[in-house]
Amino acid sequence: MLLTITYTGRNTTDLGYLLYKNPYRPQAFELSYGKAYVFYPEISDERTTAALLLDIDPVGLARGRAGSSGGGLFDYVNDRPYVSSSFMSTAISRVFGTAMTGRADSRQALSDSALDLTAAVTMLPCRGEREKLDRVFEPLGYEVRYETFVSDGNFPGWGDSPYVNLTVSGKVRLRDLLKHLYVLIPVFDRQKHYWVGGDEVEKLLRMGENWLPGHPEKAYITGRYLKRRRTLVNMAFERLTAANAADGEVLAGEGLTDDVLTDGAPEGEALAGEMLSDGAPSADVLAGEMPSGGAPVAESPVTEAPDAADRAGRKPNLNARRLDGVVAALKSCGAKRVIDIGCGEGHLLSLLVKERQFTEIVGADVSHAALERASGKLKLEHAGDSMRERVRLIQGSLTYKDARFAGYDAACVVEVVEHLDLPRLAAFERVLFEFAKPPVVILTTPNREYNARYERLYDGDLRHSDHRFEWTRAEFRDWAARTADRFGYAARFSEIGETDETYGAPTQMGVFTQCE
Amino acid sequence: MRIEIPEIAVVALIGASGSGKSTFARRYFKPTEVLSSDFFRALISDDENNQQATPQAFETLYYVAGKRLERGLLTVIDATNVQKEARGAVLRLAKEQNCQAAAIVLDMPERLCRERNGNRPDRNFDGYVITRQTEQLRRSIKHLHKEGFRYVYVLKSEEEAADVEIVRAPLWNNKKAETGPFDIIGDVHGCYDELCVLLQKLGYAVDKDRCAAAPPEGRKAVFLGDLCDRGPHNIETLRLVMGMVQSGAAYCVAGNHDVKLLKKLRGGQTQLTHGLDKTVEQMSAQSEVFVAEVIAFLDHLISHYVLDGGRLVVAHAGLKEKYQGRGSGRVRDFCLYGDTTGETDEYGLPVRLPWANEYRGKATVVYGHTPTPEVEAVNNTFCIDTGCVFGGKLTAFRYPERETVQAEAAREYYPPVRPFHDKSAANDDVLNIDDVLGERYLTTRLRRSVKINAENSAAALEVMSRFAADPHWLIYLPPTMSPCETSKLPDYLEYPTEAFDYYKTRGVGQVVCEQKHMGSRAVIVLCRDADAAARRFKMNDGSLGIIYTRTGRRFFDGAETENALLARLRAALAGSGFWSDFHTDWVCMDTELMPWSAKARRLLEEQYAPAGRSGGLGLAAAVDAIGKASAALGGGVRAAQAGAGQGVDQGIDLSALLERYQARASALDLYTEAYRRYCWDVRSVDDYRIAPFHILATEGKTWSGENHMWHMETVLRYIIGSDPVFMKTDHLLVDLSDANSAARGVEWWERLTAAGGEGMVVKPRDFIAMRGAELLQPAVKCRGREYLRIIYGPEYMLDGNLERLKKRSLSRKSHLALSEFALGMESLERFARGEPLYRVHECVFGVLALESEPVDPRL
Repeated sequence: MLLTITYTGRNTTDLGYLLYKNPYRPQAFELSYGKAYVFYPEISDERTTAALLLDIDPVGLARGRAGSSGGGLFDYVNDRPYVSSSFMSTAISRVFGTAMTGRADSRQALSDSALDLTAAVTMLPCRGEREKLDRVFEPLGYEVRYETFVSDGNFPGWGDSPYVNLTVSGKVRLRDLLKHLYVLIPVFDRQKHYWVGGDEVEKLLRMGENWLPGHPEKAYITGRYLKRRRTLVNMAFERLTAANAADGEVLAGEGLTDDVLTDGAPEGEALAGEMLSDGAPSADVLAGEMPSGGAPVAESPVTEAPDAADRAGRKPNLNARRLDGVVAALKSCGAKRVIDIGCGEGHLLSLLVKERQFTEIVGADVSHAALERASGKLKLEHAGDSMRERVRLIQGSLTYKDARFAGYDAACVVEVVEHLDLPRLAAFERVLFEFAKPPVVILTTPNREYNARYERLYDGDLRHSDHRFEWTRAEFRDWAARTADRFGYAARFSEIGETDETYGAPTQMGVFTQCE
Repeated sequence: MRIEIPEIAVVALIGASGSGKSTFARRYFKPTEVLSSDFFRALISDDENNQQATPQAFETLYYVAGKRLERGLLTVIDATNVQKEARGAVLRLAKEQNCQAAAIVLDMPERLCRERNGNRPDRNFDGYVITRQTEQLRRSIKHLHKEGFRYVYVLKSEEEAADVEIVRAPLWNNKKAETGPFDIIGDVHGCYDELCVLLQKLGYAVDKDRCAAAPPEGRKAVFLGDLCDRGPHNIETLRLVMGMVQSGAAYCVAGNHDVKLLKKLRGGQTQLTHGLDKTVEQMSAQSEVFVAEVIAFLDHLISHYVLDGGRLVVAHAGLKEKYQGRGSGRVRDFCLYGDTTGETDEYGLPVRLPWANEYRGKATVVYGHTPTPEVEAVNNTFCIDTGCVFGGKLTAFRYPERETVQAEAAREYYPPVRPFHDKSAANDDVLNIDDVLGERYLTTRLRRSVKINAENSAAALEVMSRFAADPHWLIYLPPTMSPCETSKLPDYLEYPTEAFDYYKTRGVGQVVCEQKHMGSRAVIVLCRDADAAARRFKMNDGSLGIIYTRTGRRFFDGAETENALLARLRAALAGSGFWSDFHTDWVCMDTELMPWSAKARRLLEEQYAPAGRSGGLGLAAAVDAIGKASAALGGGVRAAQAGAGQGVDQGIDLSALLERYQARASALDLYTEAYRRYCWDVRSVDDYRIAPFHILATEGKTWSGENHMWHMETVLRYIIGSDPVFMKTDHLLVDLSDANSAARGVEWWERLTAAGGEGMVVKPRDFIAMRGAELLQPAVKCRGREYLRIIYGPEYMLDGNLERLKKRSLSRKSHLALSEFALGMESLERFARGEPLYRVHECVFGVLALESEPVDPRL
């Protein structure tokens, strides 16, 4: 909520001329979400500090602006009024807009020179990646210091708060300092109070034209600034690359790793997805029991795109190999009409659609949101009649008997069972093998033994926060054999992914075939 | 003419164009009962004479007719129907819908038809059309019976058509007016000794030697068929049952053995297998008169009865909902043999599909036919053939008491063909998606119908499937609770006056104010032993109970804490004699579990503490900076030295700004204090607190009939005291008609909230309070000022924010609270009465679905 800029040297009150703000005249500015004040806590020849203080209306944030139809985006209990966030960036451009252009009618020479400037950003939310503070600001010529805080002094168990008081000092032009802050504050905060649209790319390129293309962390900065919206990030990258190619530099694809782009969050849902789901339910409603952040909900409920752990070190995407394995198994069993139970966002479906062998393809998932994403991925809305007859999506659950699951040549259950509580497995077995009873069932699940190979997983950790269990190879085969036996199937097993001598492959697959 | 047709039937009007069918239909049937081809042609083409639209018009007409008949409504098809092919469609519909077809023929003089058509300018038929239709009609009349119309009436003149009385005859199986009580008796198979013992147990006066029995006053026996074969005393059994049926003391439906016996007695070709030989042998010694009586008796047995206003159906092999109260060969076969596939099993017996597993009908179905060791109750159906003749028991099912009375077989009279199958994993416990998904209307005792929107069901399906505990445990979800109306006092958002007024203006005399604990709602289901868990909750893994949240999730991630807390509760209940005093081996109760931080840890870490931390530090930094700036300008004097700025804004007063930021900073401190009150570290189970406040249900009973003082006292007597984990709930009875009493209530609330308490819940003294037919809120909450900081934000009382916050609407929340309460009570009621899982689950699911309605979460 507070940003100070200190100029040290001689005649430092000239800072007022550069900022176009009289040090002796505190001022207020109306902004859409509240007010901003500019005043000077220090005024002297050798050291002058300007302060930009935000006065965000907390109730207005929660209830929405007067006259607007929609409700607010934030909970009443929220850090937004108190932190330095995209609100601060907006205030910087609004209040110091002229200074950012570098125009200083009466002190142009001073404005064009690098000065001893220190910026102090109070309460900068910096979720989990403090080491990035140095890596982002140091290449720009700053000395970086920051102070951290525990979350609540009375409850040390709750750990550190996400906030730092950040100080960066260096010899820079004022306009550059302002632009750095403008871009980088939201990079660390990761929440924007406005919709991230195409014009954000323009803004980023404009504010970053002098420094971003050569910045070693540009992928990180771009990704985070654009809230990891892949299309926008790609747009920005192409433009950045083009600019550099002219200078003879090669940048192609550099740094465009999954690490930046797919944090498990759904694409294209910048504001709606993250901010609204962050408006966590109050104590009254759910007493904290619903997943408040995006974690399990935002994530594809059943088939997490690339495993968190997979991303840590695997080369070819395990998910892709797994799906290829399933498609191959489906093709070899001769199935024509197939159902993917727990289809999630439709990763497998989009592969099946390409295969002419499959004349009817149904995706079922318990999550309505996932089905909508699958529908988008498969472009079902605009598909013609024959495509829509061939591919259908239905909402259904693994623990409810469902006549719509019946009548297919084969059912796939890919990376799904581990999302069920173990005691609910009994219902699932009957729903699938007793009531739907397809001639072939193809089921994959993680091989727990292989977790030893993942560096980021500690003893006993599961691969995904929503996994309720993971099976060793023996456990899976035991369950599969018992289930097959009980319902009149025969089970065969195979492994998917790189096989380790001791631990086997990361994914195990069972193919159940109904006995005659 | 008197035209008698069954109450559920397809009636085809048959007559040439212009024969007066529509006029006839208008006169004798309800407009909605008549589906006319003209109307449907118009409906789909805007022109009732558009012959090109005829195929689609009939398609639509038969679709609508099918829906009507599914619902048991008489339907009249107003079309010429003069061609056999057209009538074929009517007959197929009747067959499909298991009802009978009737034909009313308007065989009018051709001249009359021509005349009438001539008067209609929109009809320009060639003359030969009428002639041809009339010819077709006349050729058809004598074949109508053979075609399959069970009732055929022919009207030959206008006068005749004008003088008709339509009589709608109830079907033979319709005994809805008979309300019982009944004693329904399973397959006797000649076990006469056991039958007599059973009837005596049921209080019947039995004269065993004379084969006669008379029921106790008001009761009636119902025999489920299969009276004979295999057993020792077939003649006596027949005599007794025939006598009772004749005297009106009993009903009897046909069983497959009865039908086979009839066939044999009539001289038909039947194999003397499955014990028929025994009956035939005994019959051969009987007089011809008796044999004739038996034949008449068996011939008149009908397939099933619908009794007690449609709430009870009896049939030998059971009956699915679609067939109940219908009459057709298909229905009869189902009643006699069950849902067979034509296949036989390894014992050579027909394979029967488990129709009861899919049964979702409202009527209770009692049936026999399939011997099982014990009475099998699945989805409101009861199979009471307990295999007496195979050495099992003869069972009677008392209705409406739903009790069974049994007589043990003296011995095995006939070796079982296949072992009584043990259906321990009855399908009944797998829920069906159709029980929860889509738009639904749930009927509850407290509110007639609760509507669940499809999108809410969709949302709930995900939560229920992915996060909720096993549905067998979830017999109740607590309703949301509305706050009281917004206070008119300047410094308060909520105040007791409005809570009291809500009830006072609705005629409630006394309310119970209960301290609102600030923890998390927890529902506890606890069994006394593993037997109870297995019997009532189908838990065979040794688990003895559950603690779950208001969305049906297990409260604790690990079983360890849950088990420890449940064990302590079990000890407290055992110690206080709860199990024996309440004649139960399980209990469901509503509680608040503390500390809040136990469940809301993530919320605290990610939202509450960060807001407090950033606000505290951020505002302190701001206060510091403003103070320095103020000092730099010389004590806050607004300096107006000329400078470089081209100030568009007026200068501001820093000392006023300082004051404001200081106020904001101290609001943040109070906020942090407020949430900290509800947090403490949990190092062991001893650190939890559980405050039970409703005893919801025990075996066979819900406790919503007892008032809230009873609940408070019962909790105090049976749970509180022996174990510090269990905490009492302070409460106060307020008499709303007494101003002093109400003032004491206000004072009590002020004291409670000044100390940082969350506030109170005001409940009408009666658990379920009504004003006339209107269900009143079961409770409203009134929250304290300090507590509200963590709901409406640290600064909710500054800067005129309160005025803005007072603009809130409670109507949606209150509406939901009532619907959810009605569903919650309903699910408990259904569970306590032993209704099937899906019936309980649909209510629980409904509450969860309603909870996904977007409502201001601060309320």
